[in-house]
Amino acid sequence: MNRYPLWKNLLVLIAVVGGGLIALPNIYGDDPAVLVSRQDQGGISEVEADATRRALASAGIEVLGVRQRPDSLLVRFDSVESQLSARDLLTEQLDPGYLLALDLVPRTPDWIAALGLKPMSLGLDLQGGVHFLFEVDTESVVTKRVESYADDFSRRLREEGIRRTARALDGAVRVELRRREDLGPAEGLLAEIEPDLEYDSGVDGEAAWITATLGEARLRELRDNAVSKNITILRNRVNELGVAEPLVQRQGLGRIVVQLPGVQDPAQASRILGSTATVEFRMTCYDENAAEADRLGRAPIGCELQYDASGRPILLRRAVIADGGQLVDARQGFDENGQPAVHVNLASRGADAMLEATQENLNRPMGVLFIETKRELDEQGEPVIREEKTVISDAIIRGVFSSRFQITGLNVVEARDLALLLRAGALEAPIFKVEERTVGPSLGQDNIDQGRRAIIAGLLLVVLFISVYYRVFGMIATLALGANMVLIVALLSLLQAALTLPGIAGIVLTVGMAVDANVLIFERIREELRNGNSPQASIRSGYDKALVTIADANITTLIAALVLFVFGTGPIKGFAVTLSLGILMSMFTAIVGTRSLVNLIYGRRRLSRLAL
Amino acid sequence: MGPVMEMLRLRREIDFFGRRRIATVLSLFLIAVSIASLSFRGLNLGIDFTGGVLLEVGYTQDANLAEIRSLLAQEGYGDAQVQNFGAARDVLIRVPPSESVDAQSIGEELLAALRAGDEQVQLRRVEFVGPQVGQELTERGGLAVLFALVMILLYVMFRFQWKFAVGSVAALAHDVVIILGIFSVFQLPFDLTILAAALAVIGYSLNDTIVVFDRIRENFRRIRTGDAQAIMNTSVNQMLGRTIITSLTTLLVLAALFLWGGEALKGFSSALIIGVIVGTYSSIYVAGNTALALKAGTADLLPPKKETGNDGAVT
Repeated sequence: MNRYPLWKNLLVLIAVVGGGLIALPNIYGDDPAVLVSRQDQGGISEVEADATRRALASAGIEVLGVRQRPDSLLVRFDSVESQLSARDLLTEQLDPGYLLALDLVPRTPDWIAALGLKPMSLGLDLQGGVHFLFEVDTESVVTKRVESYADDFSRRLREEGIRRTARALDGAVRVELRRREDLGPAEGLLAEIEPDLEYDSGVDGEAAWITATLGEARLRELRDNAVSKNITILRNRVNELGVAEPLVQRQGLGRIVVQLPGVQDPAQASRILGSTATVEFRMTCYDENAAEADRLGRAPIGCELQYDASGRPILLRRAVIADGGQLVDARQGFDENGQPAVHVNLASRGADAMLEATQENLNRPMGVLFIETKRELDEQGEPVIREEKTVISDAIIRGVFSSRFQITGLNVVEARDLALLLRAGALEAPIFKVEERTVGPSLGQDNIDQGRRAIIAGLLLVVLFISVYYRVFGMIATLALGANMVLIVALLSLLQAALTLPGIAGIVLTVGMAVDANVLIFERIREELRNGNSPQASIRSGYDKALVTIADANITTLIAALVLFVFGTGPIKGFAVTLSLGILMSMFTAIVGTRSLVNLIYGRRRLSRLAL
Repeated sequence: MGPVMEMLRLRREIDFFGRRRIATVLSLFLIAVSIASLSFRGLNLGIDFTGGVLLEVGYTQDANLAEIRSLLAQEGYGDAQVQNFGAARDVLIRVPPSESVDAQSIGEELLAALRAGDEQVQLRRVEFVGPQVGQELTERGGLAVLFALVMILLYVMFRFQWKFAVGSVAALAHDVVIILGIFSVFQLPFDLTILAAALAVIGYSLNDTIVVFDRIRENFRRIRTGDAQAIMNTSVNQMLGRTIITSLTTLLVLAALFLWGGEALKGFSSALIIGVIVGTYSSIYVAGNTALALKAGTADLLPPKKETGNDGAVT
């Protein structure tokens, strides 16, 4: 007799029913939605929700539902078209203090959602969206820091009356002293100013030198700091772009992954995220001749030669009144002549300086310098960092102002991008795109459809084949295969690991391999029958003997999957995850699950033959 | 009455190992061709490994490739590869990595150039991989294959014995080389998903090999008489039904993937189809033959002083 203890049967039942429940949210699909939230992260009131509803109704946009969440308002639509037109409408009508994001919201019924169950999350290749990998140029932070040390040292030594030169050289500060007697006091002073640096010194005839280098720990701290600050800034920018459920994550030492599901305009996202653009406000050297300086290629003392977009030379003072870092808010709008402008709001420190500057320089021109860092490849193919500076406006100061004013001289797109960048903050170190993968929404949907079709077709073919070949046992294996699918979907929903196209391939492959466990068992039972054993004994020893083989075979496949997971990136990881889950689940369904059914069907009676 | 559908039950044992000369010659020939092709022609590496830009666009009508090429050439992308992808309306454009141009915005520029030709063109996919990332991926991919082989070698050594471990790894290396060889000979595009497929084949082929070894071990312990070759031959014959049925079910789903899984999974599924066929063959011939060549015998798999009686020795 073959009977399973009650607990094993219950275990199978609970696993299948529980798995079915967890997998349930996946059958409902999604609605396109717009997420409205406030920039200051305050909640959306009932009144605001009503206003939104009315605005959409009066524009004739059909709304499926409006739901209030703790910190946002979720408006669902029946089509992507209404979602997009609603977004455009709300962008126009809402106060700039609100953020809008496009989202896909699962149509899960409330009672399931109340249990905290969610559908699988789809990878970018299925949902559409952009994946960026940025490299942070951490060396530029180190260089900047070393240069500031050099300036600092030079100034302090001068104050002490020590004759010296100090400059940054290969990531270290090199201080050269004219007189060797100064070495002792100079070293003491530097160690006092910056005790964290590592110092080395020597005497060279009458002169002497000191080098100061950043220690390993200090370098790592600087680099880490630059990367994490950049991550914060990128998060701000992503929020400004209006993306629901974005991912901004560090990868390795100096790289940052940004994933933006559902983004429709990858070009804008790429431009905004990677931009290092910032602005500086400076007075122009209005009493000097810019054309003359351009001809000589040399600017008068205290001035700097710059050009505007049309190539006209402009002399700017070296002293900066305020820069992009001192802005508290920036909005795109239009000036009194209807030209695109960025309305900015300066923080108090910048505002004081601006007030002073405008009071002193009434009716004189002030320049706005737009600075962007770019990385290009030189003739040797080595990356070079180049700062691109353009004077975007030099307007006459017509009145005294401090914190609020506007920047003109840009087109609408430039103004919109600049406003966004100034709001989100400047990057600590320049970043460069080293990888981009964009999947348009139509391709994503195609991938889902084709993946689903392939799984169903593969499943049907296999089911048909084993049902004919193994008869009743084949049908039992079919049920196990179904349970296997349900459990994989349930686990993926629980883990919220993104399902990708290679992930679907992993599931399909699992279908083929999951049957293998049953094939091994059934072939073994047949063999035992051929050897003249009774059906019940054959079932028992067939399962027992096949177990070792199945375990060995699956563990080796798991090893391969594990290696894929460790070494693989994004999509390959997805394949490894579904393959591993599939193998693990198949061990349960194909061995314990089928045995439970076989025992229930055949276990309690005397058999003369098996339908195998 | 016996089972109706036991088509694979054989009247007589097939003498697999008696024909091992032919198999050895065939395997060596395939490996030689593969290695020659890999070293002279190389692989048609995708941008995942070389770096570069790939753009997939959809047109509303059948795309005019010649027109697209000239459009791109005007913009200075004369070296772009333009081809249909799956359907006549879908076009795949590949631009090799270039030293002089800033690759970061090529995707945008290409799309703008195409939009100038046809307003309706729809962006389906852009991939940009920097040359450095590509190189890293290549290194990681090679490392992954090596690492997987070593881990498996260790596991089989632990579960079986070193001669069998060498046999199984020889079979795996055989499969990987031949798959790469086929991709090289026919210059099929080789990208990250193909690499994943190659690794999946390692898992699959190993699965097959282990199942056969498992039976060999069992038979070695049970049938104390007879030479190793005869026992191994019997074992392969006993597992033949399972080997063929499993390969068949796996091939069925792979066929489904190939036919209905869309263009993106065609390369992946064809690599696996090749792999399953080669892997099935290698687990019969290569793995066993290598173990035999290393003089694997009954003594190698006997547990040291342990009861083997409960193994169900009912012959």
